[in-house]
Amino acid sequence: MPLWLDLIVRVVAVVAAFLVLPLVVGQAEHKVMAHMQGRLGPMYAGAFHGWAQLVADGVKFVQKEDVAPGQADRRVFRLAPIVALFPYLLVLLVIPLGPNGLVAQALDVGLFFVLAVLGVGVLAVLMSAWASANKYSLLGGLRGAAQLLGYELPLVLAAASVAMAAGTLSLPGIIEAWRPWWLLWQAPAAIVFFVAGLAEIRRPPFDMPIADSELVFGYMTEYTGLRFAFFLLAEYVGIVVIAALTTVLFLGGWHGPFAEQLGWLWTLVKIFAVSFVIIWFRVAYPRLREDQLQRLCWLVLVPVALGQLVLTAAVKVIM
Amino acid sequence: MSDDGERGTPGKGLVQGLAVTFKTMTKRSTTQQYPDVEPELPPRSRGVIALTEENCTVCMLCARECPDWCIYIDSHKEEVVVPGAARARQRNVLDRFDIDFSLCMYCGICIEVCPFDALHWTPEFEYAETDVLNLLHDKDRLGEWMRTVPPPPAHDVLGEPSKEEATAARKAAGPGAATAAKTAPPVRRPAPPETER
Repeated sequence: MPLWLDLIVRVVAVVAAFLVLPLVVGQAEHKVMAHMQGRLGPMYAGAFHGWAQLVADGVKFVQKEDVAPGQADRRVFRLAPIVALFPYLLVLLVIPLGPNGLVAQALDVGLFFVLAVLGVGVLAVLMSAWASANKYSLLGGLRGAAQLLGYELPLVLAAASVAMAAGTLSLPGIIEAWRPWWLLWQAPAAIVFFVAGLAEIRRPPFDMPIADSELVFGYMTEYTGLRFAFFLLAEYVGIVVIAALTTVLFLGGWHGPFAEQLGWLWTLVKIFAVSFVIIWFRVAYPRLREDQLQRLCWLVLVPVALGQLVLTAAVKVIM
Repeated sequence: MSDDGERGTPGKGLVQGLAVTFKTMTKRSTTQQYPDVEPELPPRSRGVIALTEENCTVCMLCARECPDWCIYIDSHKEEVVVPGAARARQRNVLDRFDIDFSLCMYCGICIEVCPFDALHWTPEFEYAETDVLNLLHDKDRLGEWMRTVPPPPAHDVLGEPSKEEATAARKAAGPGAATAAKTAPPVRRPAPPETER
């Protein structure tokens, strides 16, 4: 295969995954949340159990007027949704789907790259919050900044633990080094990573920056139409990315029966299982208060992650 | 995290929360897809009021009892010549019987108070209008609702027989047996057939 064709296939595949997976997760959220609350959820769009609801939503968003507040810093205001969305697209590039190089771009420093790019998210929050010229947005943005900066630490420490265990920063390398007993060995890191990841994508119960009932959607208050849709899309791609990273780092990625042929399926199944848990948490738990949120981060997650690092190092030295 | 008075194992509440939502998800939803599926209304549902015009004697009780005066009645008198009678009799003829459902509060007093069973509840509720003036139902429209009136619920098997039934039984027993029938134990009705709605 010539280089350019190879490149196009990879990019198209990643963009397709970027557009399809969040919709599947979003639709699953509609339905799962509805049934968990004893409702039916969307039933009409697309004639069969509302499967086309998100497509209809997308069409609606496109039709809406693109409003920017008069006091807003227009350029920053318009740029923020793209900044929110783009890092996730880059992250999807390096997430391996199956064995034998089934990954858009295998990077030796994959884990480092992923964590660095995920950190850009806080920039989008601050940009949209400040540029909106709205008090609610600003409050939401400041909360978001405090939360994202705080939870970055346990996220990185937990990921460092698994990188230390595998002895590599490459994501496919980590999966190859993964053994089932790591599920137990790295369990605290897995939990810390998952919880911190939830906070990183500002999902309930860590949705203090958005907090629609008190901050009217925080930094998204002033957005309408397509730009708002971008923020929503970013949230759902975020779910996919966090689920994928948890899968790759802690759940063994493509490992499973017939991994050689069905590795990609195993990865997808694990990603959707973790996404289901993320949706489940949203339904089951109320929002954490700001002080509870910070307390959980600094007094629980960071110490646990540090302890896990010590444990990982000890086991590595002994073995 | 500071107000744990008599809390059990840490994390128990978190697991319980997950369990509750998961159990709810596995159960069937009770939602009725209304426009597609007819709702199952309880018996004696109050939807709209139907009128049997023939039963109405223009006694005006309903209009007078109505708490928000939403019943409008007009009538005139007609002379009916009865052959053999000394003079012609008068009877009331109903010209107009309107119920304004934009005012009606569905208290049902008019139906309770009607001595001749001219008014009935029906469970029909789909008569919303885009113009509030169209909620004024005239006597033809109220008469059309009669088709939707469900049969009356069966009598209580253990209850006393109605006055009409007791009188009929007494008459059937003959003039001499009047006192005997009065003192006799009440007639036990056969169990009514199972009527649907």
